[in-house]
Amino acid sequence: MTSELDIFVGNTTLIDEDVYRLWLDGYSVSDAVVLRVCSGILEQTGATAAVLQSDTMDHYRTFHMLERLLHAPPKMLHQLIFQIPPSRQALLIESYYAFDEAFVREVLGKKLFKGTKKDLDDISTKTGITLKSCRRHLDNFKRVFKVVEEMRGSLVDNIQQHFLLSDRLARDYAAIVFFANNRFETGKKKLHYLSFGDFAFCAELMIQNWTLRAIDSQVDDMDMDLDKEFLQDLKELKVLVADKDLLDLHKSLVCTALRGKLGVFSEMEANFKNLSRGLVNVAAKLTHNKDVRDLFVDLVEKFVEPCRSDHWPLNEY
Amino acid sequence: MPGKLKVKIVAGRHLPVMDRASDLTDAFVEVKFGNTTFKTDVYLKSLNPQWNSEWFKFEVDDEDLQDEPLQITVLDHDTYSANDAIGKVYIDIDPLLYSEAATVISGWFPIYDTIHGIRGEINVVVKVDLFNDLNRFRQSSCGVKFFCTTSIPKCYRAVIIHGFVEELVVNEDPEYQWIDRIRTPRASNEARQRLISLMSGELQRKIGLKVLEMRGNAVVGYLQCFDLEGESGLVVRAIGTACTLDKLSSPAALLPACNSPSREMKESPLVHPPSHGCRSTHNSPIHTATGSRLTQNFSVSVPTLIYTGMGSGSAGKEGGPFKALLRQQTQSALEQREFPFFTLTAFPPGFLVHVGGVVSARSVKLLDRIHNPDEPETRDAWWAEIRQEIKSHAKALGCHAVVGYSESTSICEEVCILSASGTAAVLNPRFLQDGTVEGCLEPRLEENLPAGCGFCHIPYDELNMPFPAHLTYCNNCRKQKVPDVLFTTIDLPVDATVIGKGCLIQARLCRLKKKAQAEANATAISNLLPFMEYEVHTQLMNKLKLKAMNALFGLRIQITVGENMLMGLASATGVYLAALPTPGGIQIAGKTPNDGSYEQHISHMQKKINDTIAKNKELYEINPPEISEEIIGSPIPEPRQRSRLLRSQSESSDEVTELDLSHGKKDAFVLEIDDTDAMEDVHSLLTDVPPPSGFYSCNTEIMPGINNWTSEIQMFTSVRVIRLSSLNLTNQALNKNFNDLCENLLKSLYFKLRSMIPCCLCHVNFTVSLPEDELIQVTVTAVAITFDKNQALQTTKTHAEKLLQRASTDNEELLQFPLELCSDSLPSHPFPPAKEHLESASSNSGIPAAQRATSVDYSSFADRCSSWIELIKLKAQTIRRGSIKTTVTVEKASPMGEGNFRNRSAPPCANSTVGVVKMTPLSFIPGAKITKYLGIINMFFIRETTSLREEGGVSGFLHAFIAEVFAMVRAHVAALGGNAVVSYIMKQCVFMENPNKNQAQCLINVSGDAVVFVRESELEVVSAQQPAANCQPSCPGGEVTT
Repeated sequence: MTSELDIFVGNTTLIDEDVYRLWLDGYSVSDAVVLRVCSGILEQTGATAAVLQSDTMDHYRTFHMLERLLHAPPKMLHQLIFQIPPSRQALLIESYYAFDEAFVREVLGKKLFKGTKKDLDDISTKTGITLKSCRRHLDNFKRVFKVVEEMRGSLVDNIQQHFLLSDRLARDYAAIVFFANNRFETGKKKLHYLSFGDFAFCAELMIQNWTLRAIDSQVDDMDMDLDKEFLQDLKELKVLVADKDLLDLHKSLVCTALRGKLGVFSEMEANFKNLSRGLVNVAAKLTHNKDVRDLFVDLVEKFVEPCRSDHWPLNEY
Repeated sequence: MPGKLKVKIVAGRHLPVMDRASDLTDAFVEVKFGNTTFKTDVYLKSLNPQWNSEWFKFEVDDEDLQDEPLQITVLDHDTYSANDAIGKVYIDIDPLLYSEAATVISGWFPIYDTIHGIRGEINVVVKVDLFNDLNRFRQSSCGVKFFCTTSIPKCYRAVIIHGFVEELVVNEDPEYQWIDRIRTPRASNEARQRLISLMSGELQRKIGLKVLEMRGNAVVGYLQCFDLEGESGLVVRAIGTACTLDKLSSPAALLPACNSPSREMKESPLVHPPSHGCRSTHNSPIHTATGSRLTQNFSVSVPTLIYTGMGSGSAGKEGGPFKALLRQQTQSALEQREFPFFTLTAFPPGFLVHVGGVVSARSVKLLDRIHNPDEPETRDAWWAEIRQEIKSHAKALGCHAVVGYSESTSICEEVCILSASGTAAVLNPRFLQDGTVEGCLEPRLEENLPAGCGFCHIPYDELNMPFPAHLTYCNNCRKQKVPDVLFTTIDLPVDATVIGKGCLIQARLCRLKKKAQAEANATAISNLLPFMEYEVHTQLMNKLKLKAMNALFGLRIQITVGENMLMGLASATGVYLAALPTPGGIQIAGKTPNDGSYEQHISHMQKKINDTIAKNKELYEINPPEISEEIIGSPIPEPRQRSRLLRSQSESSDEVTELDLSHGKKDAFVLEIDDTDAMEDVHSLLTDVPPPSGFYSCNTEIMPGINNWTSEIQMFTSVRVIRLSSLNLTNQALNKNFNDLCENLLKSLYFKLRSMIPCCLCHVNFTVSLPEDELIQVTVTAVAITFDKNQALQTTKTHAEKLLQRASTDNEELLQFPLELCSDSLPSHPFPPAKEHLESASSNSGIPAAQRATSVDYSSFADRCSSWIELIKLKAQTIRRGSIKTTVTVEKASPMGEGNFRNRSAPPCANSTVGVVKMTPLSFIPGAKITKYLGIINMFFIRETTSLREEGGVSGFLHAFIAEVFAMVRAHVAALGGNAVVSYIMKQCVFMENPNKNQAQCLINVSGDAVVFVRESELEVVSAQQPAANCQPSCPGGEVTT
């Protein structure tokens, strides 16, 4: 006796959050069943393994059908095939787009469309995330990127509008898209100590201050690209290093601004010249794409490392 | 030309990409009704086109309005080649044709393609302007309302219940026409969908005409079915109950109709006598046509008739004269109709006087091509024959009507089993005739029908029982006789007094059959049928006893025919009726008592059974108050283990001794076991696992004993197909497989719905089909309803623990015992199955054999049966059943009583984008009031694929299809302005696959009533005025046509 066909369809689509989690994590049906058995569900409910198997299959099938809709969340809202309460829908979408920071850290700033797929295997082994899940992550990034790439207006708002994500998740995606677009190098060994959160914070500041829209909020343009003029202006900063007077003036201004706010103020003051030179040099080079990519590497090399060698407590930017 | 149909195409969304180059679509829409077609403009390059078309107007006569569906086709414009179809929407405009239903259909409909499934949505607005002369048109029957609900719809009042209406139409199946060889699967599927849509429209119209002739204005309990007869054609048939309904004007009256029985009585329908009463009222309800001997045989041979007793006639002292009167009136009143059948399963209080028992009839027919679709005489004749049989069964039970009536077919190749079943009943004569009698009868009537037990009283003459039954005095009123067990196909009457909770009881059975052709095949099937019926019945009986219950409601026995096997599946809800005697236990008797260890084994097994019964009693809270016989003066009872031949029933000592053979008042139901074949019976008896704690299940509308429903409902359909290994197909292996299939399916359901605990699965509806040689398909549709745990806990308490222990009772040892019961197919059971045999034997004996060329009747079995029955009689001595205790219940349970019914309900789930549409197979929505019926939903879909693997295999394919069907039903309801479908039923789910070709096809037919409901919390204010409002006469509906 073999089961040829075994389905369950509810008028309200049944969603088991635990199984959804397992599915998102990329486990196969049989692995998921094993994990569920381990969770003690059989004892709690008195069910048999066969029941669990059939239940898991069923949920996986449902998720598989839902996946198409999850790719375009607004469709999920209007579709008629699955009757799912709104709160559930939100949860489905949010979980689908949620990502593992370990994974993001690996692909952050990389070109999302080329080459990375080959590396997924490595990433999977490295992070312990299943290949399937890696692929979903990457596909999510690509999908979001592709949709908002050419769009005007606030990056975060666009993402929220088209993917119905929570504010926090939308910001994270904005950071990912921003990094991917500018191809900031984050994979160098020196940068390994930085978490995704650190980069996301940087990205947010940069989006707010360095992009086209930041300069002129009237021009409701994109958040994606750095403002070329701004970068050009940064070039001018060279004078801060070249000109002794300006250097001193800069120093005193910065010192005034930071006095009392910094635990290592005296060290900073002492090293100001070096640090400032490092920063300005990095800034001045930003007109070249190559240097933009290396922004974070350079920052760490020229700014953070000297600080660290002086035993500053870690304090980003 | 009495109608103008107006259609506007507004917009589309989520269309599929039809042009790979641009990733866009140039869509336009064709709107077709009858032979007229309109087109919208092409909306270039968009997946979300905004057509905003003008109003397309169709001027049509109302006959077409009823028959034709509105057909909307979405296409992709292609300059150079033929336009590609994206998909279609069929809209049944029938709901717009009666005044108080929907006025406009407007909303988003899924665009459906039979090959690709749903492909985007389209927003459509449909209106109908009807001209005044509409109802003078006799070819149309606009204005007649249809309801799938098998009770009087909640916001209506039945003025008159006219009776049975039926109709069938036949046609050639497009799938089997020659043209099918050259057209695409899509074209073929669409032709089929359209044809069936047309045929159901026509059928509904014709039924409507019949209703108008009867001067009714509505059809309740409308059941429409398709028989896909393959080569020989396509039959669409429908049955229903014609009524005259009045809409209740006051919102307060929307409350369940059970609040005050006495008042309701006055409102209850006058039955326009559905049919003949018993020909011989007083003397013997059994017809004189058959010899007394045969009579005896006949009743014995109707397995389903069995445990139905009825006391009337001379039995009850007080009841006697009154009943006589009653019967005479009924008789004359019912004389007018051909078939006194009612498809209703729930009735206005006071309507149902007595219930006789289940009557059923089956017949095996050979299909042959329908030569002239306009003259579907053969099929009509077949059904007429069966209905006639049912009628005579009912008569034999002293009943003049059949309620809870339904018909079904099972087709395999050219063999077709037609089945009909119902519950024989006596209806209140007060409702059968006009006011004249009313005055004098009423007082007596009420005194005569103590609440909650009247319907149990036997409706016929005790001296001439049509079958052996064991009668006792009613535990409730003590005046009338009741049978010891009652089987019915109806829902539990609201006023019935029930002790404890109910539960789903199923009997499952498979029998192998040799592959054969034509007549040989039909003969083989006919030979098997009575044995199957008998065994199914035995199983039901045993399981009922094991649950310590004494009545079955909602009984539905389905016999399915396949190439090499027959399957029987009976589902019912067992309850303990306070009025009936306490069921005896089950006793096991071994055949070879000389072996010590064997004896021990038996006693061990006996103990297990007793334990199980005890556990079940606790599980279902069956603890009838016991009152000693002396005090109440019960006539019953003798100590246990009395000799079975002696009956000491004081007042009815004149009973025929013959009956005692099978029904002495013994204390137990004895199973004799002595061979391996029977093992399986005991096995299945004891291995039925009860639902996990917090779950209850039943196949009736409401669960007896639970009345505190909360508002969460989840309707679902689950389908399973198993492939049997062809190697060792034996009856036992088959039975086991089938049993496991059903049990596992139930277990899966319990597991899946565990988050709803505590909840009850209601209206659990199993359908079995045998799509291929070694495939068994089981489809289940049910609804899970949560209930208030706190209230339930008061009575449930420790049952969870008990449940756990129970598993230990299902010991495997028990299975070792052979059971004589089935070994030689000689029923030791009092109720042998051969009903059909004998029935037809008596009625058809004069018919020449030539007639059997196309239809196999049972006549040839007559001889065998009568000798068989001899054996039964002998065997019957080993069976003892009876009751020991008399009980009296003081409490009155009314499961749907107004007070209980209302519950604090959660606020409706607000969905900003897509409105939630609830679906339920029940006729009500817990915690809510139905305020409006919008019309019937009756949809037929075909889905086919040639890329089965790519769509996730058979499971993926069917899962998606069923989800799509739900979506389309919901969309239609929403477009009508409704927010729920009640009485939803999936009547057909035919699934065929061909994995080698990577193909599969599925046909689904669903129906239900679209309604608007309002949460009770929102009705709070209104309900305060209820008492006053309830008495007001309801307004005339205005749609009564003349």
